[in-house]
Amino acid sequence: MKPPPFHYHAPHTLQDALAIVGEHDNTRLLAGGQSLMPMLNMRLLSPDHLVDINRIPELAGIREDRGGIVIGAMTRQRDIEFSPLIRERLPLLAEAITLVGHRQTRNRGTIGGSICHLDPSAEQPAVAMAMDATLTVASQRGVREIAMRDFALGLMTTALDDNEILTSIRIEPWRSGHGWAFIEYARRHGDFAIVSVAVLLELDAASKVVRVALTLGGVCPVPLRLREAEKQLLGSALTSANVAKVAEQCAGIDALDDPQVPRWYRRRVAATLLPRAIAIAAERARARDGDS
Amino acid sequence: MNGGEKMISVTVNGQAFTRPVSSRRLLADFLRHDLALTGTHLGCEHGVCGACTVLVDGVSARSCLMLAVQTNGCRIDTVEGLAPDSGDGEAMHPLQEAFWSRHGLQCGFCTPGILMSLVELLRDVEAPTEEQVRLVLSGHLCRCTGYQNIVAAALEAARSMSKQAR
Amino acid sequence: MMADDQGAADGKHSPRIVGTKAKRIEDRALLRGRGKFLDDIHIDGVLHAAFLRSQHAHARLRAVDVSAARKAPGVVAVFDAQAMRAELTDLRMPLGFPSSTLPAGITPFVLSEREVCFVGEAVAMVVATDRYLAEDAVGLIQVDYDPLPAVTDCKSALENNEPRARSDSPSNVIERVELAYGDIAAAFGPANRQFKESLFIHRGMAHPIEGRGVLARFDDTSSELTVWSSTQMSHELRQVLADLLGMEPDRVRVIAPDVGGGFGAKYLVYPEEIAVAAATRHLRRPVKWVEDRMEHFLSAIQDRDQYWDVEIAADNNGKIQGIRGRMIHDQGAYTPQGINLPYNSVSSLTGPYIVPAYQMSLFVCQTNKPAVIPVRGAGYPQAAFVMERLMDRIARELQIDRVEVRNRNLIPKEKMPYNKQLKSRAGVISVIDSGDYAACSRKAVDAIDYAGFPSRQDQARATGRYLGLGFAHAVKPTGRGPFESAVVRVTPAGRIVIYTGAMAMGQGLATALAQLCADQLGVPLESIDVSAGDTSRVSLGLGGFASRQAILAGSAVHLASLEVRQKAIKVAQHVLEVAEQDLVLQNGRVEVLGVPSHGISLASIARKLKGSPGYALPPGVKPGLEATSLFQFDAQAFANATHACEVEVDIGTGDVRILRYIGVHDSGRLINPMIAEGQIHGGIVHGIGNSLYEKMRFDEIGQPITTTFADYLLPTATEIPNLEVLFHESPSPTNPLGVKGIGETGTIPVIACVISAVENALGPFNVRIREAPLSPIRILEMIDEGRAQ
Repeated sequence: MKPPPFHYHAPHTLQDALAIVGEHDNTRLLAGGQSLMPMLNMRLLSPDHLVDINRIPELAGIREDRGGIVIGAMTRQRDIEFSPLIRERLPLLAEAITLVGHRQTRNRGTIGGSICHLDPSAEQPAVAMAMDATLTVASQRGVREIAMRDFALGLMTTALDDNEILTSIRIEPWRSGHGWAFIEYARRHGDFAIVSVAVLLELDAASKVVRVALTLGGVCPVPLRLREAEKQLLGSALTSANVAKVAEQCAGIDALDDPQVPRWYRRRVAATLLPRAIAIAAERARARDGDS
Repeated sequence: MNGGEKMISVTVNGQAFTRPVSSRRLLADFLRHDLALTGTHLGCEHGVCGACTVLVDGVSARSCLMLAVQTNGCRIDTVEGLAPDSGDGEAMHPLQEAFWSRHGLQCGFCTPGILMSLVELLRDVEAPTEEQVRLVLSGHLCRCTGYQNIVAAALEAARSMSKQAR
Repeated sequence: MMADDQGAADGKHSPRIVGTKAKRIEDRALLRGRGKFLDDIHIDGVLHAAFLRSQHAHARLRAVDVSAARKAPGVVAVFDAQAMRAELTDLRMPLGFPSSTLPAGITPFVLSEREVCFVGEAVAMVVATDRYLAEDAVGLIQVDYDPLPAVTDCKSALENNEPRARSDSPSNVIERVELAYGDIAAAFGPANRQFKESLFIHRGMAHPIEGRGVLARFDDTSSELTVWSSTQMSHELRQVLADLLGMEPDRVRVIAPDVGGGFGAKYLVYPEEIAVAAATRHLRRPVKWVEDRMEHFLSAIQDRDQYWDVEIAADNNGKIQGIRGRMIHDQGAYTPQGINLPYNSVSSLTGPYIVPAYQMSLFVCQTNKPAVIPVRGAGYPQAAFVMERLMDRIARELQIDRVEVRNRNLIPKEKMPYNKQLKSRAGVISVIDSGDYAACSRKAVDAIDYAGFPSRQDQARATGRYLGLGFAHAVKPTGRGPFESAVVRVTPAGRIVIYTGAMAMGQGLATALAQLCADQLGVPLESIDVSAGDTSRVSLGLGGFASRQAILAGSAVHLASLEVRQKAIKVAQHVLEVAEQDLVLQNGRVEVLGVPSHGISLASIARKLKGSPGYALPPGVKPGLEATSLFQFDAQAFANATHACEVEVDIGTGDVRILRYIGVHDSGRLINPMIAEGQIHGGIVHGIGNSLYEKMRFDEIGQPITTTFADYLLPTATEIPNLEVLFHESPSPTNPLGVKGIGETGTIPVIACVISAVENALGPFNVRIREAPLSPIRILEMIDEGRAQ
């Protein structure tokens, strides 16, 4: 299984990269390569031009900006995993990233590559959806910002035009003291999740929900925010009855369906994992509240 | 045209090489055939089995998922560079010694990739737990050993390397 | 047969190394990345082959147009079936094992000419300057397929003669076998309880981490063909190459390099090996083919589906009276070797139990899928699964403890050797040589704390956790004959070389053989070189399969070493003028006991026996400090195992976690306990894969769905608990070493054990498990079904 032939480009600046994708058809960006290279090796893709964007320093990095965290698209998952800033301000992402593949995957893989590849089971798009990330996208025409919910259009389909490159992801951290949990069910460690659940919670002094985000990965073509369930939980306590009501809604999800993993199974596992994730997030929220 | 040729300069196990490569040539094939370093093996070519694992600029990477051209200017470490010297009767890296003592290999095909991942682990974590070792090994497939003795060998190497460090 | 197996067992000998955990002599090179696996071998000017493979499960081949491919960059030659036929005496492969009952025309083609019968069947071969270019050229070959209906299930293949899996086949059933003994009618009489089960079991593929590969070179000067192949059967490959290429076998040399695992997938001569050798001879240039993983999925052998409909009769105490039924086996589109896998399954069902009457019908059916031959375990895991499910059924129905009901039926030690009343496929009645199944059972029961489990289970249930315990026995005949070869030679430089027709594939063969030799010759392991699977070193050999090497090759090496030892002593007696009982072999010398300076090195003896013109050899001694043994063996040494495990089932996801796994194993005398234990570890993990993870899935038109390691799941280190292995030793009286095979026994009871544990965990949900492997989805479905009743 060897890749088919292509023209290889290794630009050193974003402008050069944009010029190449602007000028040529049938191009593919080579980021971490963890998703693209298997497809090339298996000849599932035959790009005429392969644009290696690993040598563009301006595309990588983690920084704070006006209270938000901006992560360059080419930031390695490894760097996210070991970043004290991420661990402190975006603990959901820090937890999710440890579930992405294996050490070798994370050493090369990038957050931008994962979000643009948009595998329905991938962890990073799920976090981006959970946290209402804003994506910055560049082309020769200029720069635009797209909310994650508008970026993820359908099964492995993003709002990127052929001549656009994702440059960074901006995430607004939740208030210090919030609870979080990212759990998933996969057959083996490091496999893509069959179902993943991301929970973010803020509780008030009376342990009532003041803010919540519930996101399912692996269940639908793109990560699914359970916005109705979130609305229902606002102002309520996280009693087992309330949580059970949320879990029951999984039965109605228009989930992915294929002969290997039927719809009912994804719904059932989602309903199983959701209460577990909420419990972990609630525990963490209370623990942190207890400190203050 | 075989995908275009580029000149690359790499340092492998401390030795510098400059070679022309076709753009589409996989790093694993470059190491194995262009540099005759056949210790790194190919088991799947789609990034799951881990047999092709090497260190690129010090971190583990599946060499079947990298193009040789990507490694221009990089430092690569393969299994051949682990033992302190090349004489056959001489001492090996503590990991290799531990694998030998604990029967951590059977056919030996998946072993070089696993050794490189464990080199990284033991460099980054001084006293790994069994769970941490198994997490690293989960990126590798072995059909012979059932992983048990590999885990034992990794923990033994960690202990002996930790002693040496003192 | 046991006499004199120890050589000098009188304490004058160097410390024994057989029976110790000697470090392996293979390891240092492998650890340093200095192994020489097939693709590591480089020959200047080598060309690379790639195959065009059928995209249809069943189709007529109307036309194959290679003209564009021939002109592609780097391409040296393209072979279609016609071009290949011109190079061979026959386009069709020979049947691997002799059979008087199988029909003609069931073996694969080197390249398919008129009809393709499975996705992945080779249709054409490109030879180019590198593999990248070869694959490009494969993409340019135009094939005109005329799709035909595909047979995708062996049960429907039995029930319907149309569609036919192969047009030229008169029937989808290529073989029917009837086995019977005892009074089955009486067994199923009204006095006894009877229980029916319909069971389905699918194993999977071998997946050695190194795939197949072959490198061929034709020497124009000597007209000799050299073929390196990652194979488990060098001598057979040589014979088939000679036959199909129309060459004398002596002009064909097959060499097995380091082999990165086999597990049965390399115990076959494949079309690709023949095609590459033919191309080499035609082009007069070396040609190499290295399989990629996708090719392994598509075209290497598999072990697949079996449907069992069985009934068991037992008295009210749970004593088995008889078993009867039928089994339908998915053979795939072609039968390259024989039907030993399904035959093993139906003839070994009774396992370690006393079964007074037996009747089984076997239907071997063709489907439009890759060929099936044994994967590690060779049909025994399936039989063990069925038998152990039946035992659990009796236990449940008669309300007898699962371990107790087995104990009531196990063949007791006192009844050994025990006549199983069924013939092996060689036509010889199976006789179990030795074994203490009750003792192994007790060991397993103690190790898993069987008595304490009910309360562990109850406590867990109280907190909403579902624990289960599984228990299973297995028996495996080992040491498939009729012979194996070994040459043991001391060189004038003092090194010991061992050549054998047995084959290494990671199981520590070289070390085990070296240990046996070292004990006889008193030399350190490091001074021994072992070469396995090179047909120019030993003219006869059968290869690595059926857990046979310790017995066969081990005995051959032992006997040859003994002969060399005796020769060395005889020469030393003559030279040192000392009596035999005063001599000892140690450190590569024959020395006078107590006077180590008074001795002669083995190297010197070897030089003496090389002979010098005119100088007589010592009296009664033949030339050469070497011996050849062709150890013949027609018996079988039965290894056995008892496994027990604890699992937890997550009823919210269907996930199964194995918490503890215990294997009690009896493989007779152990040459190297560390190697033996390693074999069992690997076998158990393979079996766990077969229980919970591994399934080759095909769609309704025969397209394989699982074609990468992302779809087909092998267990990794995070899915496996610590494995606890305990040994029991019942030496085998069948061979001079008292050893039994071990390579497959670790795998055989696992599926039965894990499935039993999962069913036990799901007791509260009225779940009955009749299939393997189990996916989390199936587990939730079964829980739902059980709840609904």
